Amino acid sequence: MRHEQIEKSLNLMIVLIIVAISIGGLVEIIPLMFSSDATEPAENIEPYSPLRLAGRDVYVREGCYNCHSQMIRPFRSETERYGPFTTAGETVYDRPFQFGSKRTGPDLARVGGRYSDEWQRLHLTDPRALVPESNMPGYPWLLENTVDPELVTAKLKALQWLGDPYTDDQIAGAAAAVEGRTEMDALVAYLQGLGTNRRDRR
Amino acid sequence: MVVVWGIVGMLVGVIIAAQLIWPQLNFDLPLLTYGRLRPLHTNAVIFAFGGSALFATAYYVVQRTCHVRLAFGKLAAFTFWGWQLVIVLAAITLPLGITQSKEYAELEWPIDLLITVVWVAYAIVFFGTIAKRRVKHIYVANWFYGAFIITVAVLHIFNNLAVPVSLLKSYSIYTGIVDGMMQWWYGHNAVGFFLTAGFLGMMYYFVPKQAGRPIYSYRLSVVHFWSLIAIYMWAGPHHLHYTSLPDWAQTLGMVFSIVLLAPSWGGMINGIMTLSGAWHKLRSDPILKFMIVALSFYGMSTFEGPMMSIKTVNALSHYTNWTIGHVHSGALGWVAMMTVGSIYSLLPRLYNREAMYSTRLIDVHFWTSTIGVVLYAVSMWIAGITEGLMWRAVNDDGTLTYSFVESLKAVEPYHYMRLLGGLVFFSGMIIMAYNVWKTVSDKKPVPVAVLEPA
Repeated sequence: MRHEQIEKSLNLMIVLIIVAISIGGLVEIIPLMFSSDATEPAENIEPYSPLRLAGRDVYVREGCYNCHSQMIRPFRSETERYGPFTTAGETVYDRPFQFGSKRTGPDLARVGGRYSDEWQRLHLTDPRALVPESNMPGYPWLLENTVDPELVTAKLKALQWLGDPYTDDQIAGAAAAVEGRTEMDALVAYLQGLGTNRRDRR
Repeated sequence: MVVVWGIVGMLVGVIIAAQLIWPQLNFDLPLLTYGRLRPLHTNAVIFAFGGSALFATAYYVVQRTCHVRLAFGKLAAFTFWGWQLVIVLAAITLPLGITQSKEYAELEWPIDLLITVVWVAYAIVFFGTIAKRRVKHIYVANWFYGAFIITVAVLHIFNNLAVPVSLLKSYSIYTGIVDGMMQWWYGHNAVGFFLTAGFLGMMYYFVPKQAGRPIYSYRLSVVHFWSLIAIYMWAGPHHLHYTSLPDWAQTLGMVFSIVLLAPSWGGMINGIMTLSGAWHKLRSDPILKFMIVALSFYGMSTFEGPMMSIKTVNALSHYTNWTIGHVHSGALGWVAMMTVGSIYSLLPRLYNREAMYSTRLIDVHFWTSTIGVVLYAVSMWIAGITEGLMWRAVNDDGTLTYSFVESLKAVEPYHYMRLLGGLVFFSGMIIMAYNVWKTVSDKKPVPVAVLEPA
């Protein structure tokens, strides 16, 4: 076919453009959706508890992913620094994923249990009190904001509808689980659980 | 509006660059923290500055090259106001922390729906205008604009599929690694189509126009158009090298990213070689200088990109400031300079003026832009490679040489240098705003003839 025919027909051009741009995505994305490696949870990986889910949403809201990755690559220097490399099965309840693309601060995929709750609380309130060289912002307002129990219940329902295996009992108990807790409690709970599904250090 | 949003977007960029040096600059206000302003910066420069430039030039170019008025004039006006509304909503919601946290797709679902409506209207106006063209052939620039409009619609819809929890919060229907793949299929092609194909459309009209020469090679534009749009869509996984994305997908992403060098350089060569026989014009015409330097940065970035998507290189560069430098040599060097050149070329014609108010100021702007980008890119290269090397350095006994915070301290000087580069570039935009203002408010209209199609 001569290219002239395409240049003279708008419809033909639109159809061919759609064909040309579709193939790459179809080949790379569709097989992933049906791959058990990508969609089945790893050992000890469970849906987020109500408090941790609320904390995760604070993490998303404050844009922590702009400076912190959650993806340890399989290099010795990274497993030495951060712990065992991240597997796909560890991220199956992450909506959306939080791999990040820039490390202005360190990776957090296995930060859980590395510091005490009190250290996390102080550090999030005033990072330079604990790490003088740090350029991280402080988040003192998290101490004052409380988690909205009704919203957490609605979130669990939406996730259950999407297929995450929450039981009806868990949803019924969600509001009580976060009642009166601050956003700081939630965020610290989220961070302290990150990567703790594996106990080995590297 | 392009100029206004350009200034706003770049100002936010300068602020967050300063925050990385002086974190106190957010004054402990949630609205002004880095994590919330950085998405505002990226959205403002890509969608407000870049988007407005694309809407404006696409509408202008499609009318000129089809020799008809826009189809559905009222719908076109709707796309303008709709898009401005999207921008304003973004500027409100992002600092409030209302975000999906997917890069360049942060906006929550109600705004996503509005974007979809505006975008469909944009497509109807654009393709409607081509449908009633008075010439037989569809001009090259319109292929690129058309592919950009179609593809961005597809990318936007599939990446943003989510289930709403409330008006301001939703959860993606994809999880983990599938979500990551979907996001970078979107994210890379937001660069490939929004910031490349669309701006190549701009290039294919304004460079020949400003140079007064025909496009260097028609055949080359055919070949590089189809290969560019087909290959770009495969390159997304290079954002996920060495992650838990399956190896076959990473390898596909790497191979296609390297191949992508060829069609990208096809565009650069076609643009630059259009000047053959007109190189002397560079001496007197700073607008052409903008365009040629933009094309040079395009060539440089599209060489750097494939190189960084080689897994061994990526192992060093990923997560570092090198990536930030790469993005900015593309965004400031290619996108912004092409836009600026095109606007300087377009504005006098649009307002029936003989030329911009001051050619001398265009020249000053050209030099501030060039120096600004170079300072920015160089500082980020050094910073990125420093970080990459410090993170992987190990002692003889196998322990790590540096703590993380030591690498942060080591790149601080380059944070200063980057801020300076950003400020220099930003000052050029202020000069441009003044020049644009004086041109538009000047009361000396000169009628411009519209030539009949051959």
